[in-house]
Amino acid sequence: MSGLRADLRVRRGEHVVEARLDAPAGVSALLGPNGSGKTTLLLALAGLLHAERARVEVAGRTWAGDGVDLPPARRSVGLVLADPVLFGHLSLLDNVAFGPRSRGMPRRAARARAQEELGRVGLGELLRRRPAQVSSGQAQRVALARALATDPDVLLLDEPLSALDPQTRSRTRADLATRLRAYPGVTLLTTHDPLDALTLADRLLFLEEGRVTQTGTPGEVVARPRTAYVASLVGLNLLTGTLVDQEGWAVALEADGARPAGRLVLAEAPEGAAAGEQVWASVNPAAVALFSQRPQTSARNLWLLRVESVTVTGQRARVHLTGDVDLVAEVTLGAVAELDVQRGRELWAAVKATEIHAYPA
Amino acid sequence: MRATSTRERPTTGSWSLRVPALIGIAFVVVPLLALLARTDWPQLGTHLSSPVVGQSLRLSAVTTSATMVLVWLLGTPLAWLLARSDHPLTAWARAVITVPLVLPPVVGGVALLMAWGRRGVVGGPLEAWFGISVPFTTLAVVMAELFVALPFYVVSVEGAMRGLDRRVDQVAATLGAGPVRTFVHVVVPLVLPGIAAGSALAWARALGEFGATITFAGSFPGRTQTAPLGVYAALEQDPDAALALSVVMLAVSVLVLGGLRSRWLR
Repeated sequence: MSGLRADLRVRRGEHVVEARLDAPAGVSALLGPNGSGKTTLLLALAGLLHAERARVEVAGRTWAGDGVDLPPARRSVGLVLADPVLFGHLSLLDNVAFGPRSRGMPRRAARARAQEELGRVGLGELLRRRPAQVSSGQAQRVALARALATDPDVLLLDEPLSALDPQTRSRTRADLATRLRAYPGVTLLTTHDPLDALTLADRLLFLEEGRVTQTGTPGEVVARPRTAYVASLVGLNLLTGTLVDQEGWAVALEADGARPAGRLVLAEAPEGAAAGEQVWASVNPAAVALFSQRPQTSARNLWLLRVESVTVTGQRARVHLTGDVDLVAEVTLGAVAELDVQRGRELWAAVKATEIHAYPA
Repeated sequence: MRATSTRERPTTGSWSLRVPALIGIAFVVVPLLALLARTDWPQLGTHLSSPVVGQSLRLSAVTTSATMVLVWLLGTPLAWLLARSDHPLTAWARAVITVPLVLPPVVGGVALLMAWGRRGVVGGPLEAWFGISVPFTTLAVVMAELFVALPFYVVSVEGAMRGLDRRVDQVAATLGAGPVRTFVHVVVPLVLPGIAAGSALAWARALGEFGATITFAGSFPGRTQTAPLGVYAALEQDPDAALALSVVMLAVSVLVLGGLRSRWLR
């Protein structure tokens, strides 16, 4: 097998990361909020952090576990960080040749290898430049070339695009996607930008508070988010409750503090779930309609909610509502003006039963 | 092109501040000018070619060069370990290495004598078993200079190395470079300015070494009498030679300082 299998327990300051992950060849994106332990996990896989417990197997070889704990230099790993961290005293060519040279390749062969690798990221013309003489996007491509020049079994990318300005970022993202498609090993990419994850990765791994909370292909995750973080990242509302069948299918929402028990009416029985079982229900924010007066609507889910905050992206606004349920509604900027949306305002929110997607927990 | 920046009104415009400042400057400048004024410039060449002067200058050149080689070989790895190690003893090691910075040099000389002297902790067995005696030799001069100069180098280079992004050596490690290769090919080249500054400081300190040398190595012309000891010895019998030697050392110090300021200091 050519994948990576790891079971790690790493302490860093207050945080403990305890994660079990299984990544096949291809690109796996590791997503999680700040402080969830993504970077810690990568550094521990590279052997740069001491793990309290570690079992790492790559392509059938043991990097850690069974009394083995290989130093970073002996793990077949490539590391790219948010900043390029190039060696400022070396030309781009010698930066990329550094890895092969360190692994015993003769100078001439190492330089040829480096030249080839720089060519593949479109920098074949800038071999003699110093790191200080290239742009941030170019420097990051050099860092990628340097990491790949040793033909590592595992490529670790820690927020590789986060330090770039938006324009450079989208161009570098495209270059990165192209290069990664040709790389046969395991790539683990941390990010908190869903766009990076969806455009670069075949598989998503979610890390929250040091634990893997969900894995799957982007399609699976978008269809069935299993934590509030995952849902918010893919832009969906996520509610949980018990499936009931009383005058039609519904999800019974549990009472929580001051919040009374509520109901989400479903159009049909969710596949694979029986009454009395715990289910998730996701709602697309665009399917939440807002009204200032109680509407005459056929929608079977209707609540009077209070506006908590409004965020604007492009021509759309996301209105965060709270009350009997917490919901995010996505509306046009025109609707924001018309409904006089502001913090504390009470609005009617309606969701059609057909817009609620329920699935087993 | 003339600078057209607006001049700000100084917040220091008071004679109560200027007077002490000027006295401070004068206190340093007057002796240096006096040294230059009393130097017998027309005969400078003659004085410098006197055997005592030549001998002591040559000895200083040889011993400080040897000291610097040792400073580099021992001090650079030491600075790197101090910069990166998180071992609990590191803080102690860092404190110990700075002791010679504040120790009166004579005390350093006495300490060296207690360690390497004929009845010293190390010197005793060395003499008894191998017949090797360190004090009052040229080697002792180098050791005295190393004792006082090494801390200057280590402190300065460690500062530069600590300023080096930790991720640089981490990335080097993932590329397959072991600790030694990372040190030689990445760390040292990147902190070269710090190494140059530390070397200049250490070399100047070694060149001026007096107290530890005279205590531990004595003042034997041609063997242990370095330039500062030569100046001191010549001051009574041949003041002009002493002045000539002093001017040479002043010139060298100013050159080192100038080099430092232009290249490595702002």
